[in-house]
Amino acid sequence: MKIRIDHGRIIDPANKIDRVGSVYIARGKIVSVSDEPAGFQADTVINAENQIVCPGFIDLSTRLRDMGHSRKATFKSEVRAAASAGVTTLCLQPDTVPAVDTPAMVELIKELAEKAGYPQIYAIGALTQKLEGAELSSMLSLKQAGCIAVGNANHPVKNLLILRRAMEYAASHDLLLMFRSNDFWLSNNGCAHEGAFASRYGLPSIPEAAETVALSQCLELAELTGCRVHFGQLSSKRSVIKIQQAKKYGLKVSADVAIHQLHLTEDDMVPFDSAYHVLPPFRTEQDKQYLRRGLAGSTINSICSDHQPHDLDAKLGAFPETEPGISSLETLLPLMLKLVEQQAITLEQGIACLSANPSRVLQMHSGALTPGFAADVCVFDPDIEWEVNAKNWLSQGVNTPFWGQTLKGRVTHTLQSGKIIYRL
Amino acid sequence: MTDNLQLNAEGKLKHFLSIEGLDKSLLTEILDTAESFAGVSENQVKKVPLLRGKTIVNLFFENSTRTRTTFELAATRLSADVINMNIATSATSKGESLLDTIRNLESMFVDMFVVRHSLSGAAHFIAQQTAPHISVINAGDGQHAHPTQAMLDMFTIRQIKKDFSNLRVAIIGDILHSRVARSEIQALNTLGAAEVRVIAPKTLLPAHVESLGVSVCHNLTEGLKDIDVVMMLRLQKERMSSALLPSESEYFKCFGLTEEKLKIAKPDAIVMHPGPINRGVEIDSKVADGPQSVILKQVSNGVAVRMAVMAMAMQVAPTPARSATTDRHAGSLPASDIHTIPGDKGGL
Repeated sequence: MKIRIDHGRIIDPANKIDRVGSVYIARGKIVSVSDEPAGFQADTVINAENQIVCPGFIDLSTRLRDMGHSRKATFKSEVRAAASAGVTTLCLQPDTVPAVDTPAMVELIKELAEKAGYPQIYAIGALTQKLEGAELSSMLSLKQAGCIAVGNANHPVKNLLILRRAMEYAASHDLLLMFRSNDFWLSNNGCAHEGAFASRYGLPSIPEAAETVALSQCLELAELTGCRVHFGQLSSKRSVIKIQQAKKYGLKVSADVAIHQLHLTEDDMVPFDSAYHVLPPFRTEQDKQYLRRGLAGSTINSICSDHQPHDLDAKLGAFPETEPGISSLETLLPLMLKLVEQQAITLEQGIACLSANPSRVLQMHSGALTPGFAADVCVFDPDIEWEVNAKNWLSQGVNTPFWGQTLKGRVTHTLQSGKIIYRL
Repeated sequence: MTDNLQLNAEGKLKHFLSIEGLDKSLLTEILDTAESFAGVSENQVKKVPLLRGKTIVNLFFENSTRTRTTFELAATRLSADVINMNIATSATSKGESLLDTIRNLESMFVDMFVVRHSLSGAAHFIAQQTAPHISVINAGDGQHAHPTQAMLDMFTIRQIKKDFSNLRVAIIGDILHSRVARSEIQALNTLGAAEVRVIAPKTLLPAHVESLGVSVCHNLTEGLKDIDVVMMLRLQKERMSSALLPSESEYFKCFGLTEEKLKIAKPDAIVMHPGPINRGVEIDSKVADGPQSVILKQVSNGVAVRMAVMAMAMQVAPTPARSATTDRHAGSLPASDIHTIPGDKGGL
């Protein structure tokens, strides 16, 4: 199967390419992005005129539910959403039901991924058994089974000694720790940022320090243990500053931010509307601006969806009892483009944050249109406007604060290893 | 959204969920309407037929004696049928969701829910989800709001102080966890009080508390200066076990209201407490039972204010006489008069 994508504006940050041209794909791999290879006979030609052709997106934090949570969503429903969003690689958080703490679970995930027709789903292994934060998981076995990293999702590690040992053990096997900074005690079952909004509406609140205290501790342990750490889903100003300082100091750390944190703050929250219930919580305008600056200055190198589809019941109730999370795969691209429109970042940066940079975090040979790489390609029209509604939505979870809004930018084609997995 | 949720298309009260989003004229209308009901409880026949044939469900997901009783009394004095449901010990303990409980009760053709719940936003959620003909009154949701308590306190203050514009009010104690405090602050600011001051240790104050429209003081002796109204809050025992305070005795030493400390406030200052009081923890018995205390007045005013809110939400409230502040009894009507008031709009 040979595919040629014509007339598109090719943006490939890793190879510093930004020009109009054709992309040639054969046997699932990129063959060329400049000259036509000798004797290339395309079976399929995609006309990408006035569109952008870029590497397929790599999402560092996703939940596809299924298994014990199939009422919320299934691999089948969510990979369609991912494909329609231009996402070609998904990293699955380990807090599935049951948790990803055995090679058998990793195998099951692979099997479900194959069955769903979307093989590029990678599990993040649980750092501790059952994510209970007490005993180390069999990290080497998890790695051998295919886990690309280890992490504890939103679950606390019982104490710093256990975290230290887990990081030492992960480092011994050159495993990346994907760390979610959240001090269990300081966050105290909160459901909103500790600020004016939570105070006004009497909502149990989470201070910024819940994130920065945990992040600082983990930074110290990163230095002590030599473990590679990626800090996921930052939400606050001081987290950005701390990561910046740590990088300057020479620590091998990286960070990402969930796309919605770059757009919404506590001021945007509709009182008691559970669509805004998310962890970490929406913080202040200043936090948002620092997150954007952190992205522009490469302190934060990746944007993730932090996709968390829910069934309706999970979001029906008094705000504190509803489940946190946003179904966010399908708004990922348009919200990234909005950052470009608002001049927070350049288009090239935005694409890099969704492809080349997360690939670097995972040390994968992907996220670029380099000849020889798997042909993971996203073709999108930056000018198509569409309304977030049931007609345009594929995820089983409709829990998004952007519901009903008109967004700009839509994927027209998604290729995963040279196979067209989505066509608008 | 929250703002409009409480009002119907004509801008009249439909649900009473929080003070936020209601303007001064509406709050004054509640007080004036309550004034007109104040006489009912003192009549030989303590009933007016405004809500005859209506069914009101007291939906208490959290225990309460005083609030539930005054709501029940208010409803029966308006001639409504009242059902008390103590959900804390029934449906939800069998795993039924909040929404299912509401749906079930709805299908029994009720007209109003009076809701108390331990989670902030529960009353809003019910008001959003319930059938359009049903009104919802918030009888306290989590740490968010307790608007009828605030209004009965405003009523009590107005009875004694006449006017809000020159008043300095101190609210003392656990502001962080208090739905009463949040509603009082909003009501006092909306009605134009000169100053609302909160007095508490930092552990019992929410973040950015100034953004609620208050001044802040961590010392009771300093904080009571020039104060016209002293509002004490109940201190829950759990606050000690969750490391917010060292001990009851230290709290009493710092923030407990004694006769001596009360002298720092203005000589005609009144002392209020939403109840139930912890004697010797936040307030000394001599103050609670003393001449400046209006605590029991608050309780008796609770019925009239709740009658007013219920009647207004069901669109059957009599039009109160304006400016009741100058003549307290101008708006108060004997039962027989209310009977003849053309209040049939709501389908009575």
